Amino acid sequence: MIATRLYQEHLRSVWMRIALGLIVILPIAIGLSLVYKSWPLLQPNELFTNLLSTEWSPVQGKFGLWPFICSSIIVSFIGLLFMVPVCLSAAIFITQFAPAWLSRSLRSIIDILAGIPSVIFGLWGVITIVPMVASLAVAYGATNTTGYSILAAGLVVSFSVSPYILNMLMELFESVSTDLKESALALGASYWQVIKDVLLKKLRPGIIAAFTLGVSKTFGETIAVLMVVGNMVKVPEGLFSAGYPLPALLANNYGEMMTIPRYDAALMLSALILFMIVLVFNLLARTLVNHYYTKL
Amino acid sequence: MKLNKYTEEKLARLVLAFFTFLVVVVLASILVGIFMKGLPALTWDIISQVPKGGYYFGKEGGILNAIIGSIYLAFGASLIAIVLSVPVALFMHTYLFSFPAWQRRIRLSLDVLWGIPPIVYGAFGFNLMLMFGWSSSLLAAIITVAFLICPVMIRTMDESLQQVSHSLFESAISLGFFKGEIGYKFLLRQSLPGVATAFLLALGKGIGDTASVLFTAGYTDYIPESLSEPAATLPLAIFFQLSSPIPEVKARAYAAAVVLTIIILIISLSSRLITRKLSKNII
Repeated sequence: MIATRLYQEHLRSVWMRIALGLIVILPIAIGLSLVYKSWPLLQPNELFTNLLSTEWSPVQGKFGLWPFICSSIIVSFIGLLFMVPVCLSAAIFITQFAPAWLSRSLRSIIDILAGIPSVIFGLWGVITIVPMVASLAVAYGATNTTGYSILAAGLVVSFSVSPYILNMLMELFESVSTDLKESALALGASYWQVIKDVLLKKLRPGIIAAFTLGVSKTFGETIAVLMVVGNMVKVPEGLFSAGYPLPALLANNYGEMMTIPRYDAALMLSALILFMIVLVFNLLARTLVNHYYTKL
Repeated sequence: MKLNKYTEEKLARLVLAFFTFLVVVVLASILVGIFMKGLPALTWDIISQVPKGGYYFGKEGGILNAIIGSIYLAFGASLIAIVLSVPVALFMHTYLFSFPAWQRRIRLSLDVLWGIPPIVYGAFGFNLMLMFGWSSSLLAAIITVAFLICPVMIRTMDESLQQVSHSLFESAISLGFFKGEIGYKFLLRQSLPGVATAFLLALGKGIGDTASVLFTAGYTDYIPESLSEPAATLPLAIFFQLSSPIPEVKARAYAAAVVLTIIILIISLSSRLITRKLSKNII
């Protein structure tokens, strides 16, 4: 009896450890496989010319990634610009002001939004956002009037990422003890003053961390962006100009990457850049949060 | 001009409510937009048939291959993910029960994994595929998606296991149970709603993800009959059909989007129901 129990326990513990090992190795394996594949372009002199050059013609062996990196950064930045007011206001409203029934239904709405796949967001972008941006572009006299632009991509991506950020922010606002709010209210502050001067100040590191993660999410968003960004290899010149972010580059060209020498290395290099950026942003945000909570 | 604090509060409420309303408007506009465009094109043929000759030029056929492929892919990936995730989540709360620093480190690495873009998982899956000499197949896609959804699953289970009271673990230990037994016999039951939510969340993610399977699934007009055959998925069907210049084919992309949206809505609604049903075992 005890022997079989011991044996079963042994099996369970071994399987738990194997599973944990697999999960822990996964990020390392992803990183190593990308480094291995992009090795031909990782030599010091090659790397810098490739990262900073704007010349992209795989057939001639020119892999300038700068337009893609620029597009990615600009799209993420625009996404952040739209994301901050919407997410912050919605999180404050849902956790502080909304009555219980409204808060509950708003949470369900955010849950549903969180479940919507990014290809649907892309489709919504094509149907709704792109025509909107196009009419805006006409109004401002831009040259590109199709509407497929980095502005459209930023808008779409900010909404596809916001449920994720919203959930984090709402958790943050709920973690504040009522005592703190009550004492501020007792001193004569209005509810809005409490939120503005006490909550926002107290939660600042957490809020910054949430948006840092949001930026890294927008950086990696692939299909939704790819469908509305226009996909033209150039450094974007204005809001209405088309762009070509890194994930889109990867997704659009995987089919032909084995036929041209070193093309696969260039694409894997772009995957490696994405991976590194996400890694850095995540670690930054998490350390910020951890540091802050240990001080509390 | 300095605002009176009452006017300021009123103004603030208004602005906050407006931005919150914007989120609702976006969801409504997505659903209305997709259904308005998709429902007219959605016919029984599209759901019940595989593409026939000339389908991509607007002739007969449907996307049954993509629907079935998506379901195979999502269920396969979720099954693999659950076999990997349940032990990890339980390990964190049994063997690592008294090592909060290690729990924190594992959580950090899971959160980082969660943040890695699907397209990078796709590239990794493709590298794995080349390494093992496979071709684009259902199996390669299943493995890639399983890796993608594992972190989400483990973190969701972890959250629900954190709610389980510590005294349960301590009393079980004092009664002479092994740690693994406590995990599988008590903790798992306590966090059953969490496990169910995690499974459905992962299923939804698996069905909806495009970027990670772009490299690995291949695309075919047939329903896959074995793991080594390529498979079509709904998001890929939407994506490819939308890039067609022919209006009929474009309309079918919207129809496919309606199907995908309905599947996702069913999953997210049933996850709510199941959570409520399963909560009865919780102490």
